[in-house]
Amino acid sequence: MTVRKSLRAWPVLRQLTGGDRLGRGAAAQSPRHRGMAPRTAEAERVAGSVCPYCAVGCAQKVYVRDEQVVQIEGDPDSPISRGRLCPKGSASLQLVTGPQRLDKVRYRAPYATEWTELDLHEAMEMLADRVVDARARGWQDRDGRGNRLNRTTGLAALGGATLDNEENYLLKKLFTAMGAIQIENQARI
Amino acid sequence: MSNRWSGPLHDVAADAGHVDPPPRVGFFTDTSVCIGCKACEVACKEWNAVPEDGLDLLGMSFDNTGALGADSWRHVAFIEQPRRLGHQETGFAGLPTGPSGIPETAVAVEPRLREAPRGGAELGTSPLPGRTEPQALGMPGFDRPGDATGAESRTDFRWLMASDVCKHCTHAGCLDVCPTGALFRTEFGTVVVQQDICNGCGYCVSGCPYGVIDRREGDGRAQKCTLCYDRLSGGLEPACAKACPTDSIQFGELDELRERAARRVEQLHGLGVPEARLYGHDPNDGVGGDGAFFLLLDEPEVYGLPPNPVVPTRDAAAMWKRAGLAAAAFAVAGVAAFLGEGRR
Amino acid sequence: MGSNMAEAHPVGFQWVMEAKGRGARVFHVDPRFTRTSAVADTYVPLRAGSDIAFLGGVINYVLENDLAFHEYVAAYTNASFLVREDFADTEDLDGLFSGYDPETATYDRSSWFYEGAEPGVEDEERARSQTEPLQTGAGGAGVGGAGDVPRDPTLQDPRCVYQVLKRHFARYTPEMVERVCGTPRAQFLEVCRGWTANSNRERTTALVYSVGWTQHSVGAQYIRTGAILQLLLGNIGRPGGGVFALRGHASIQGSTDIPTLFNLLPGYLAMPDDSHADLAAWIADQRSDGHKGYGYQVDAHLVSLLKEYFGDAATPENDFGFGWLPRINGDHGTYRTVMDMIDGKVFGYVVMGQNPAVGSAHGKLQRLGLANLEWLVVRDLNEIETATFWKDSPEVETGEIVPERCRTEVFLMPAASHVEKEGTFTQTQRMLQWRTKALEPTGDRRSELWFAYHLGRLVRERLADSTDERDLPMQKLAWDYATEPGPDGPGPWDEPSADDVLRRINGYDLTTGELLSSYLPLKADGSTSAGCWIYTGVYAGGVNQAARRKPHTEQGPYDAEWGWTWPLNRRVLYNRASADPEGRPWSERKKLIWWDAERGEWTGHDVPDFPVRTPPGHVAPEGSTGPDALGGDDAFIMQADGKAWLFAPHGVLDGPLPTHYEPHESPIRNPLYTQQGNPTRVVYGRPDNPSNPAPPERGSEVFPYVLTAARLTEHHTAGGMSRQLPYLAELQPALFVEVSPELARERGLEHLGEAHVVTSRAAVQARVMVTDRMRPLRIDGRTIHQVWLPYHFGHTGLVRGDVVNDLFGVVEDPNVFIQESKVATCDVRPGPRPRGAALTALLEQVRAAAGVTVETGTRIATAIGTPHVEEDS
Repeated sequence: MTVRKSLRAWPVLRQLTGGDRLGRGAAAQSPRHRGMAPRTAEAERVAGSVCPYCAVGCAQKVYVRDEQVVQIEGDPDSPISRGRLCPKGSASLQLVTGPQRLDKVRYRAPYATEWTELDLHEAMEMLADRVVDARARGWQDRDGRGNRLNRTTGLAALGGATLDNEENYLLKKLFTAMGAIQIENQARI
Repeated sequence: MSNRWSGPLHDVAADAGHVDPPPRVGFFTDTSVCIGCKACEVACKEWNAVPEDGLDLLGMSFDNTGALGADSWRHVAFIEQPRRLGHQETGFAGLPTGPSGIPETAVAVEPRLREAPRGGAELGTSPLPGRTEPQALGMPGFDRPGDATGAESRTDFRWLMASDVCKHCTHAGCLDVCPTGALFRTEFGTVVVQQDICNGCGYCVSGCPYGVIDRREGDGRAQKCTLCYDRLSGGLEPACAKACPTDSIQFGELDELRERAARRVEQLHGLGVPEARLYGHDPNDGVGGDGAFFLLLDEPEVYGLPPNPVVPTRDAAAMWKRAGLAAAAFAVAGVAAFLGEGRR
Repeated sequence: MGSNMAEAHPVGFQWVMEAKGRGARVFHVDPRFTRTSAVADTYVPLRAGSDIAFLGGVINYVLENDLAFHEYVAAYTNASFLVREDFADTEDLDGLFSGYDPETATYDRSSWFYEGAEPGVEDEERARSQTEPLQTGAGGAGVGGAGDVPRDPTLQDPRCVYQVLKRHFARYTPEMVERVCGTPRAQFLEVCRGWTANSNRERTTALVYSVGWTQHSVGAQYIRTGAILQLLLGNIGRPGGGVFALRGHASIQGSTDIPTLFNLLPGYLAMPDDSHADLAAWIADQRSDGHKGYGYQVDAHLVSLLKEYFGDAATPENDFGFGWLPRINGDHGTYRTVMDMIDGKVFGYVVMGQNPAVGSAHGKLQRLGLANLEWLVVRDLNEIETATFWKDSPEVETGEIVPERCRTEVFLMPAASHVEKEGTFTQTQRMLQWRTKALEPTGDRRSELWFAYHLGRLVRERLADSTDERDLPMQKLAWDYATEPGPDGPGPWDEPSADDVLRRINGYDLTTGELLSSYLPLKADGSTSAGCWIYTGVYAGGVNQAARRKPHTEQGPYDAEWGWTWPLNRRVLYNRASADPEGRPWSERKKLIWWDAERGEWTGHDVPDFPVRTPPGHVAPEGSTGPDALGGDDAFIMQADGKAWLFAPHGVLDGPLPTHYEPHESPIRNPLYTQQGNPTRVVYGRPDNPSNPAPPERGSEVFPYVLTAARLTEHHTAGGMSRQLPYLAELQPALFVEVSPELARERGLEHLGEAHVVTSRAAVQARVMVTDRMRPLRIDGRTIHQVWLPYHFGHTGLVRGDVVNDLFGVVEDPNVFIQESKVATCDVRPGPRPRGAALTALLEQVRAAAGVTVETGTRIATAIGTPHVEEDS
């Protein structure tokens, strides 16, 4: 900054030479507040999304910068929501980026009193073992009348109303192929 | 006239030295369509990274924010009243009701509210005095509970909700008393605290006739609604107005909002809501009119708003004149004294 | 009614406020004065659990005053159909319909059929246990011989549905409504006048409900009552009309369409049961003689699903793999499953994005079930109560769960958030909306798609070499979805492609390899595949239609180019009814679709919900079935007889017409009939599931108040997505109980003080909120108080509180196995609840005072001598 420029930026000079004699407006504006821009303007990409709370289906715009979500707000183009969000929808940014989110698998061994850590892929392998075992032990070929059942009651699943259709599709398909029938979700609740 | 301290002022931004400023903008909050969802409070906090303001149950209907403050730039008030809203039928006729509970709840809340420095945001963290032991069952008995009916005295009810915010006054007390230039009038006519300048002196807190601006615990800097100055700069509307599901909070050019508000009041009067009235819209009021004004359904005090806010600097010019005279007289006296001494 | 729309769906409520601004009148009928009531024109109070009496009263008002939309009713409903002579109504049997068997607490429903229609042989055990209305799928229940049902178009025959309806509801007078609901007569009549005056050719009335209607032991009939009324008034299939179910989770509609539900396959196809030896048997079971409409096409829909499930391995020779599907033969619903956990019959449990320890009725039962598993997987964004029950549940405090003695192995796995994965949600009006992925999840956070895909992959690896027949479906499963490098980097743990899954759900013409654009070409010969036939068309023209985001400002009022609505992007279901029988709009003001005689097709603002070239006057050829059998005025194309059912001859287990029954737990005797509660409700008499007594049982005075629970705007369901967030937690930071000033005086409750709500299951502590919004009601000559609590709180998170769902027991609607958690009875006492052993002692004391045993509430047939006692199996 040249001396001249910095002099001109000096609030008192601005106050005396500009229209803001009382120093309550343009003259008082700090450099940081001049040319301010919303952080959404600096987003590298914007993803079209949908609010994860209730079933109204309000459209959201998700602003990402430096691989961080920096803002989530309503999409005014939506004929459902016209850009508006309720308090929960407005809290989506905190939901997605807040410190409450789990980041690592937590494992509680039988009879343990505390969580321990577990590698994700190892957890998946352990689960597959347990699923195969529970499925086999709960297997039922036929009912009392000799009718075919072809199923297992050894394992059950709950959830789906907060998941994507594609996810529910794979879950139902997988459980059905395994012979598991106790698959339920919030729609019953 | 330029650089005024009071009275109507059409172009606040130009008055504050902004060359060719955009039209003045503000909020018109139509409380008659507010559903009390508090989306405004959350959207504001998400955008402006305002911290959480205490996890306290206040007992003030569904209001657990309590008041505007450094950590609550939007505040939705909930008012339960034993009176009727326009032509609304609130379903009391013929019910076996007794007297209203509103005075009793007020008795529980008000003393605590009075003692609370910040309007009640720390209420509710400890149990109230009173009965805390479990009562004896007293059953089964001969009278079934509920058999008796009380005096049928409750007949009307309404539940008012209103989202409050900084008024962005035409003559802003906070701005006028700020000694550091941290507060400034933007080109949009709004009033903003510049965090990079504020030193936390707190003069503005007493300068605000609405009790809006407040110092944040920790760094002590003054905080309040910026009307999302950064968003305005980027051509966006403020976060609260954007989120508002029912368009209770409307953002726009102030002149247009005032016209819209006048039409809305007329419409509501036609619909049998004679109590609808505007607050803060009048350029002749004690702050020269608000940049954020309201359609209310009752007296402002009911919503916790001052009935006749006056900018403390309204009489500044006169005060300066008087102060000048006094100073001159003092100087004369001083000189006289000096001279008198010299004569000795 | 049964909905607090402004609080639970605030952004959807903008349209109500907009309509109100344009002159619409808004009525809110609810037990509690809520934020919805605050902005309604008229708030009408009623007692929780009495909505059928209220609506029945409105129906009676319509029929008595001859206010039905007659042309609509005559053309599009079954009003003129004659009912069998041996049908007996609740009017005749004091609250029961003909065919009731007190031993099994079920109905033999053969007398409910139309005249001349022969029902098939009913297996009552099967019917009872398999949630038949869903069991029969989207096609609606079959009605034997529907094509030739005798009718009386004048609606005068005493056995025609219209007259049956009239007699059935004659008892629901304004006086009776006042007695049962507590709604003062004048207010009730105001609703009647408003509703009927606004329902005609020129005007329509919309009805909104939510879980305030479904969560009852007679919940399905609540919806039936609303539907009957809206049909009588001509408010279905027309713009501005309808019955709107507002659902509470982002894709709860989707999880019903593509169900994670035990009794359904995708597209509302019935899960096979043990009576279905082969595909032909299953198909026959779904159809009836003269079956009209698209429900007849179930063969094509199921075979196309099997082709997606098993790919090339599904052939005509092996019944397309039908035999590989597991069979159901009873109640495998979520509550039954939890009891099976307690009984040691379930070893492993996978819970995804749900928090049953807080969100399901009878939280303690849920937690005890979790504590008796071998292993549990909880996949969620945050640490929730369902994952931590072993260390901090209320049962740890009472000693009922001891961490060191609790064997359940728990895997708590972080889930990817909605912005960290792509896919579709189906919102409450059947619209699929695609979300694009904003960024990759970090750490161990993964999508459920990843979890399901890789779990399947690993299990398939383990079963790959098996020669056991039961492993064939896993070996033959089409699990070859496209994958792409995801958060694990390239390799075996790649992310499956949601886009590919959606394409397969949409389905292909397997002869050409082209994506299908409609479900109409689906075939039963194995030449097409579709994972969910009602979603076929979401990829019409090879384009992801759910991803369309054309601004509403750039398109017409039905916004057909935003997202995609099943079926076939139709925005208003049964919109054929928006035109008169001749195909002309009922009025210019309410036009939606109409017959274009020149072009010989249906046209209009929406996608016609009718065979597009079937003219209004069309008479179907004799002996035809399926879509070909639809006549020009058979507007309800998914119904087996083409008509909307005022009277349900089939498919509803607890009556062809809705009847007011008292809730399972009620402080009063049913003023309408000797039959107290729903005589077919599902009760589980178990020591761990006690009921509060209800008249005619003794002891109900111990629980004198009506208890109901619901949501607040500021929180979400069981709180897993809200109690952990500071910005939401601070807005509603504590559990409170709303009481009227009258009840506060009666019980010595002080505003902001502590109180505890007590049932035979639990005592829940809450801060007292005394408010004029709660009012006592006069019910059957007595003053009845209602209390309300929000059910969001639990023992983890930033703000904590007792689990309100612990107060409720498990008793269910027999049709859909939804629990009655919107109404129970309780006591309210001042002060904090006792803790630890003292709490257990209090509950024992309360149960003793009320005389509660395992039999309490299980003698459900109160209209006749032989009591039904549910035996725990």
